[in-house]
Amino acid sequence: MLFASYGFIAFIAILFIVYYLIPKKYQWMLLLLASYVFYLFAGPKYILYIVFTTVSTYIISLRIDKLNQTQAQYLAKYKEDLSRADKRAYRDMMKGRMRRWLVACLLLNFGILAVVKYSNFAIANLNAIFQAFGGQGQLSFLDIALPMGISFYTFQTMGYIIDVYRGKYPPEKNIFKLALFVSFFPQLVQGPISRFDDLSRTLFKEHSFEHRNFSFGMQRIMWGYFKKLVIADRILVAVNTIIRDPEVYQGAFALVGMLFYAFQLYADFTGGIDITIGIAQVLGIEVKENFNRPYFSKSIAEYWRRWHITLGTWFRDYLFYPISVSKPMMKVFKFTRERFGGAIGRRIPVYISTITVWFVTGIWHGASWNFIAWGMANCVVIIISQELEPFYTWFHSKFKVGNTFGFRLFQVLRTVLLMSSIRMFDCYRDVPTTFRMFGSMFTVFNYRELFGGALLELGLSMADYWVLFMGLIALLGVSLAQRKGSVRLKLAQGSDLLRYAVYSFMFIIILIFGAYGVGYDSSQFIYNQF
Amino acid sequence: MEELLEILEEMHPDVDFRTCDTLIDSNILDSFDIIALISEIKMEFGVTIPPDEIIPENFNSAKAMYELIERLSD
Repeated sequence: MLFASYGFIAFIAILFIVYYLIPKKYQWMLLLLASYVFYLFAGPKYILYIVFTTVSTYIISLRIDKLNQTQAQYLAKYKEDLSRADKRAYRDMMKGRMRRWLVACLLLNFGILAVVKYSNFAIANLNAIFQAFGGQGQLSFLDIALPMGISFYTFQTMGYIIDVYRGKYPPEKNIFKLALFVSFFPQLVQGPISRFDDLSRTLFKEHSFEHRNFSFGMQRIMWGYFKKLVIADRILVAVNTIIRDPEVYQGAFALVGMLFYAFQLYADFTGGIDITIGIAQVLGIEVKENFNRPYFSKSIAEYWRRWHITLGTWFRDYLFYPISVSKPMMKVFKFTRERFGGAIGRRIPVYISTITVWFVTGIWHGASWNFIAWGMANCVVIIISQELEPFYTWFHSKFKVGNTFGFRLFQVLRTVLLMSSIRMFDCYRDVPTTFRMFGSMFTVFNYRELFGGALLELGLSMADYWVLFMGLIALLGVSLAQRKGSVRLKLAQGSDLLRYAVYSFMFIIILIFGAYGVGYDSSQFIYNQF
Repeated sequence: MEELLEILEEMHPDVDFRTCDTLIDSNILDSFDIIALISEIKMEFGVTIPPDEIIPENFNSAKAMYELIERLSD
């Protein structure tokens, strides 16, 4: 069931009504039921995967908790009898036992993700290697489909078990509540990747109907549909025309495709997240923000702190930090520091961790070399800008332009162009084609090609371009207004007439200008495929 | 405390670490700095900071970092 479908709109409309009509203590149970019904639409057999993740995590989290309690009781009982060294040895022994359970849970669940997501990629690469060495045989591909949202719910659930292992919070004792945390339907399709301590604060609470939550949530949902249907799904037509025919659309067209895809992805992903957060808000549930106007970032590192925030913080907390402060990495640090001195020695372990994280981030987005190249390109840009830090400091001390509008505009444009060009790896069929198309922007660039009606042959009419233009202006306007606080709050403080005029206008815009047509079927969200 | 301040000042000579208590919240220290810092703390103080202690509250000021080191060395 796609977010942008009549079926889904009917589904959430019924849910909203029933949710506030039933006794409050059953609300979370209704959400669990709704989440599983939503999941059933993706295919009944996929339920098994999410149930397995829930049950295995539940059992192991209780196991870890039991060991934690045993440890606490033992240490309390023998508080006076044990020396500090004894206590430490006992804690280490117990930590080791807990770690074994944690590793089992991670292996099981990431193992499933690896099999369903990466088997055919691995087989394709093995076949290519066999062929390169003159082998005749070919491994056949597995007939295996990716269960909906598996990358998202696996990461969310593994974050939970790691937190329980670290003692951040006790495990959830009610398996059905844990099942709701794992499967909460608005965020199942494309995140955000929530943390248990954040989401559980409002997920299991009893909620009375609140006009403010309802109206703010509905506004957010409408804004999300506007981005998805009016902008993303419209621009998608032109993007597909360009990227599917790289022999024809090169040079200036590759540049147009690159920029259009950047707008499409932004509108598609942030639109989907707006719908998710909006639905949750109507239900009285707080879901973490996943974006903070990323294209206004002054650097790529900052961009990644503001784009898909929950994935970035997941990788930081559960991969980057653990690798960076692991015992082997500390040995590497010691070795490099002694060998090359403090300045270089300090960098090497950080860069090893950074490369690892970006490799994993790339492959998380998709089982292809395109995404690995995309991850590595991000990594290279971040490391280069890190290395250029002294130059930036020197530059800013010499030329006092840092706070000028012109320089900030330059930084923002640099971020947009850099990120858009790296995103080209998402678009084209393989890495060499991506490089070729990127190169064509410099070798065969002729802006005159774009005039004389060529842009109208990409599948969009002049009216479409006008709608897109106005839509993007609206997007930019709202983003700029958000710098001074919540737009919805300002709207709420305005007169009722203004507020309802804006609602009606939005609704009509989506109805009229949403990218529908004869036999129209909204496209899937891009991040749903990750 | 002086050793810790020396490490920090070497990383960012332009920051007043004695007074600043929003090192993370103001994005003065990023994750690269934190890792480098943890490695230096391990070398200087022999204290291992586990990943679950890497939270803003523990790194927002030199004082918070020093308290963390003292707590972990107990």
